[in-house]
Amino acid sequence: MGDPTQELISKEIAEARDGYAAARAGGAPEGHHPDRGYLPYRSSALRHPHNPLERVADPDAVELSGPVFGVTDVTDWDADLTAQHVGEPLGERITVTGQVLDRAGRPVRGQLVEIWQANASGRYAHQRDRHPAPLDPNFTGAGRCLTDDEGRYTFTTVKPGAYPWRNHVNAWRPAHIHFSLFGAAFTQRLVTQMYFPGDPLFAYDPILQSVTDDAARQRLVAAYDHDLSVPEFSLGYRWDIVLDGPTATWIEEGRA
Amino acid sequence: MTPPQQTSGQPLLPPTPAQTVGPFYGYALPFPGGPEAVPPGRPDAITVHGVVYDGSGAPIPDALLEFWQADPDGTRSGAPGSLRRDPVTGGFLGRHPHVFTGFTRVATDADGGYAVHTLAPPSSAPYLAVAVFARGLLHHLYTRAYLPVDGAADDALLGRLAPERRATLLAVPGPDRTYRFDVRLQGENETVFLEHA
Ligand SMILES: [Fe+3]
Repeated sequence: MGDPTQELISKEIAEARDGYAAARAGGAPEGHHPDRGYLPYRSSALRHPHNPLERVADPDAVELSGPVFGVTDVTDWDADLTAQHVGEPLGERITVTGQVLDRAGRPVRGQLVEIWQANASGRYAHQRDRHPAPLDPNFTGAGRCLTDDEGRYTFTTVKPGAYPWRNHVNAWRPAHIHFSLFGAAFTQRLVTQMYFPGDPLFAYDPILQSVTDDAARQRLVAAYDHDLSVPEFSLGYRWDIVLDGPTATWIEEGRA
Repeated sequence: MTPPQQTSGQPLLPPTPAQTVGPFYGYALPFPGGPEAVPPGRPDAITVHGVVYDGSGAPIPDALLEFWQADPDGTRSGAPGSLRRDPVTGGFLGRHPHVFTGFTRVATDADGGYAVHTLAPPSSAPYLAVAVFARGLLHHLYTRAYLPVDGAADDALLGRLAPERRATLLAVPGPDRTYRFDVRLQGENETVFLEHA
């Protein structure tokens, strides 16, 4: 049996989406997150539990607090991925900014945001990335910052390129930036990916399509914001992030 | 997951969906000293180690684990400084020897193995909270590594699990203050994974 074709993967993507729509019509709750076992993403097959998750509703759970980070953990250089080397990286320079909120709409302040991405050619500074696109000696593609008092983060970087991968024949990832976020609790931890508006690869990509709810999937796509574009310097994208999960303060306020 | 409801009746904002950490986080997320909450060789340090396995029993060489725990004195406020940086060079300074941040991060090696060095958690919360990330895992998983801590009271979660399921959450003591905690994402002896409400 050869590697799956895009046609097969696209059929499975449509089936999963139809299955979700039917479940919704039957009264199932909105699915904000991907199913961990998602057939079109082949790597998920052996890497998701079969047992249902065990529900913990313990007001003393350690997970309702979380690690904290501070000015000791980041430097000013970390948020500008174009300034980490002697020369300027190749590619379209961009500014990516947004607000991190919890589900009650409160800003998530002073928390660590980490990003990593491919360079403008679609190549990661990672030994195991075998895509024969050029490395850029002036771009590593990793950044960090803390959210400010309004929960805002800002990075200066370059727009990453699309890249091929081995899920199926002619599989290409749409351009994306990987994000890692800490909230007020370990239960608010989020690792996700930000996409760029209008990318023609969206429909073909099983990782983005693993979010079967249309509105939820749309929340992974940043907005081009001309007011954020810096004259003579960079194009601006806005991407706000809402963290899931309870916290100790949530419970103190009677919201558990 | 059932979202928490606000008492005010105001609808909650819909959350940003999770996506897999992918295979190439290795130059971005791990940091020097990430697996060491305390300096190596500190006499009261413990080592928690193990292997992460997939549903075929194969070790996973590209998983990332994070551990969060209460301070030995019971507090859960944590402390900054896990990634302590040098403001001159931008490099990593390593953690302050007297500050316990409660947080470790470790990527599995080519054999799927990992080890973290930390302090034993308190009897009031005798476990390390664990978050598991991996290529192929679209949304991270939570579990707990329970340590056989003196004076730990009956635990509600452990108490309601069948013995064979409960065993997957118990770190097994070995020589020299080491504890083995394997993670099985799927299949036989699948680790108990948690959802927090
Ligand atoms: Fe990627």
